[in-house]
Amino acid sequence: MELQIIWFVLWSVLWAVYFMLDGFVLGSGMLHVFLGKNDGERRVFINTIGPVWDGNEVWLITAGGATFAAFPTTYALMFSYLYTALLLLLFALIVRGVSYEFRGKEDGALWKKTWDIAILVSSFLPALLFGVAFGNIFAGFPMDAAGYHGSLIYLLNPYGLLTGILFVLLFLVHGALYLEVKTVGDLSRRAGAAADKLWPALLVVAVAFLGYTKFATKLYDNYFSAPYLLVIPLLAVAALLGIRIFSAKGKPLAAFAASCVTILMVVFTGVIGLFPNLIPSNIDPAYSLTIFNSSSSPYTLKIMTVVAFIFVPIVIAYKIWVYRVFRGKVTVEEVLEDRGAY
Amino acid sequence: MDVLTLSRLQFAVTSMFHFIFVPLTLGLSMMVAYMETRYVASGNELYLKMAKFWGKLFLINFALGVVTGITLEFQFGMNWAEYSKYVGDIFGAPLAIEATVAFFLESVFIGVWIFGWNKVSKKMHAVSIWIVAFATNLSALWILLANGWMQHPVGYVLRNGRAEMVDFLAMVTNPYGLLKFGHQIVSGYTVAAFFVMGVSAWHLLRKNRPDFFITSFKMAATFGLVSTLLVAAIGDFHAVEVAKTQPAKFAAMESIWETKHGVGLNLFLLPDEKRECNAIERLCIPNMVSMLAFHTPNAEIKGLKDIPKSERPPVSPVFYSFRVMVGLGTLFILLSLVAVFLSRKGKLENYPLFLKLLVFAIPLPYIANQLGWIVAEVGRQPWIVYGVLKTSDAVSKAISTPQVIGSLVGFTLLYGVLGFVDIYLLAKFARKGPDDDLSAIIKPTRK
Ligand code: HDD
Ligand code: HEM
Ligand code: HEM
Repeated sequence: MELQIIWFVLWSVLWAVYFMLDGFVLGSGMLHVFLGKNDGERRVFINTIGPVWDGNEVWLITAGGATFAAFPTTYALMFSYLYTALLLLLFALIVRGVSYEFRGKEDGALWKKTWDIAILVSSFLPALLFGVAFGNIFAGFPMDAAGYHGSLIYLLNPYGLLTGILFVLLFLVHGALYLEVKTVGDLSRRAGAAADKLWPALLVVAVAFLGYTKFATKLYDNYFSAPYLLVIPLLAVAALLGIRIFSAKGKPLAAFAASCVTILMVVFTGVIGLFPNLIPSNIDPAYSLTIFNSSSSPYTLKIMTVVAFIFVPIVIAYKIWVYRVFRGKVTVEEVLEDRGAY
Repeated sequence: MDVLTLSRLQFAVTSMFHFIFVPLTLGLSMMVAYMETRYVASGNELYLKMAKFWGKLFLINFALGVVTGITLEFQFGMNWAEYSKYVGDIFGAPLAIEATVAFFLESVFIGVWIFGWNKVSKKMHAVSIWIVAFATNLSALWILLANGWMQHPVGYVLRNGRAEMVDFLAMVTNPYGLLKFGHQIVSGYTVAAFFVMGVSAWHLLRKNRPDFFITSFKMAATFGLVSTLLVAAIGDFHAVEVAKTQPAKFAAMESIWETKHGVGLNLFLLPDEKRECNAIERLCIPNMVSMLAFHTPNAEIKGLKDIPKSERPPVSPVFYSFRVMVGLGTLFILLSLVAVFLSRKGKLENYPLFLKLLVFAIPLPYIANQLGWIVAEVGRQPWIVYGVLKTSDAVSKAISTPQVIGSLVGFTLLYGVLGFVDIYLLAKFARKGPDDDLSAIIKPTRK
């Protein structure tokens, strides 16, 4: 297989895993103020993601780094074209990170409330912006010989916004299910109820997205030429329905697994449609950025392939270990005992 | 102001802000790991309390180091797209490797350390902070190899309209990058050593918990002495490498205008950039600069006048930054010598003046770190990749002045607020002193 194709696959996997992992952190960040009635309860929700959020965010840094190393031209153009959107994303990620750290360091109610709201906003914004960015990537950028003709306002076109809302809802349901799994009693029930309430909205938006994609993008072309690929979007739909079925049966862990699969498959559905583009041009296909015209040299790709094949499995191994270490549920008693940071 | 100037300013602001937090992370992670190891080995709870107290300060500092790092990685694409296109083939690799091999380790095991007191064994808990310490130092290696490549590009050819990597090993063994790494990690250890000594001195002056803070102080003093000696020694070899590979930067560091053999070092010197000479030169140590540059007394040093004006860096910022850094380095060695001597003799409390001095010395290693980066980065101008790409050709074409003004203002405000809160919290918890209630930590390990 050509190295560029290997890196396209790796690139998609990094993004998909990032959304799967940070998705529930962002989701829980959007929910914890609403689901927790007092400080103790909110701390429980925060502590469910405490040990893992930073490790999850590194998938984003790695996805960015991999784009830089394997497809430098795409990295350069995408990041400078999306300047303002990425700036907002950065601000949000910065605020989110420090909010978790700072929130527990003072006792005042105003202090806690400030950081609770900061967590809420800085979790919502990335979810929306990632969706908007990927929607626009699917639809293509307005770029030609003269460069890029878009702007922040341009990105907020109906299809971009729809994808943004799709991401927000995906992460909300995902986060609610995670919180349901990681807590007990009333807290867990409340989280489960939130997932149940949000799910129908997710379904509606997902259907609208699949339909609108037909008109706004060329993603379906690849599926027409190789229909067996339809397996991926079908899996996405099946997993989305699975969430509901498992939830109804009272199996939150299985429902959460289904929502993991949903997110992975949604991302794969999009990138398969993109191939071999990384960013299509929607005004002049000659200026599309593809994995062939924007990649690094074969030598660099070879080195990076070796690195990835050695280290990514190691990373996955110790991440699984850590999730096992922290597999138990988080309770109010445990948190009040002040065993840890947040 | 144009996009280029604004982007430079923004890179300087954001990277220097990142660099307020990085050095302490590099050194304090090591010290906390050592404290916890002493606890595991001896069972002495004093060391556990030390690991907890200094560890808490470490974490408050760490949080900002992490979040400000992401900005830097994004900025290469956002503001320096032409740079990223031109050298991404070789420069992207170390950044991606850094994330894969170092950031994952760091971020995953920091979670184990913070939340795992009752979830993993005592030994595994100590191992996890060692892994964090190792990984932060490893991340420094890769980022400095990347920066070292910009300073002294190796292992590439110009092909297909860009710099392409042809020799990965050459980049990884680039002496410039390795020296930077060596110099940087020990200057991080210096920051941590003076931080721990300074905070301990503050408490000793108030007679808080002398047992706890004398032990901390002693440990930091030894760590500091070794580190400061290494900073100077490696810095000296670093200067040799600079003289060899970037003569313009070296000439600016020493403010040398005429090419000469056996150049002496003037202890007092004021450069006059307009007239291309030095306004004042006093107290000359003969042949010293030649010794520093090439380790031979009679070596020839290229003067700035023999370098075309368009390829000279601004002299004053580079010269003064270098002077002050080296001066501070000498001061640190003296201070750590006295600190080691007094703390070994058990006489610390008898010298309140010295303790006070150490409290005020906390910011100095931070300043030396910032100055070092000014020498390295401003001294490299007008090149972004030395001899290969000019900074003015590196900036993104798709961004506009209002955009960058907006982002620069945004970063300045956001970082201002966060930096303020972070320093407030650091000071608060540093003053509060150690927590004696270990009941939440020490209990039979679950399963
Ligand atoms: C000498 C060391 C050094 C230098 C020169 C830099 N950094 Fe840094 N960086 C670190 C040493 C470090 C660290 C000590 O390893 C940090 C601080 C806190 C942390 O988690 O890791 C870190 C964090 C950190 C993170 C967050 C990692 C996470 O989420 O865990 C990113 C993305 C970067 N850095 C990227 C950069 C870039 C793009 C730089 C160049 C302009 C840079 N750093 C300069
Ligand atoms: C891989 C690491 C680094 C890279 C790739 C890098 C690259 C750059 C770039 C692109 C600029 C803007 C253009 C310029 O004016 O030169 C710059 C400037 C600057 N950087 Fe770095 N840098 C790195 C690390 C750092 C770090 C960690 C610091 C620490 C504080 C730093 C300090 C500065 C300063 C002070 C400037 C301003 C110089 C000027 O504008 O004249 N750099 N560097
Ligand atoms: C004592 C004598 C010292 C010498 C001879 C020395 C030498 C040098 C030299 C030559 C550079 C420039 C590297 C370049 O242009 O790329 C440098 C950079 C630097 N120095 Fe120093 N230094 C000394 C002390 C210190 C101290 C005390 C600190 C901080 C505690 C420090 C921190 C730094 C940093 C952070 C850099 C930038 C990164 C790098 O290039 O390694 N230095 N030093």
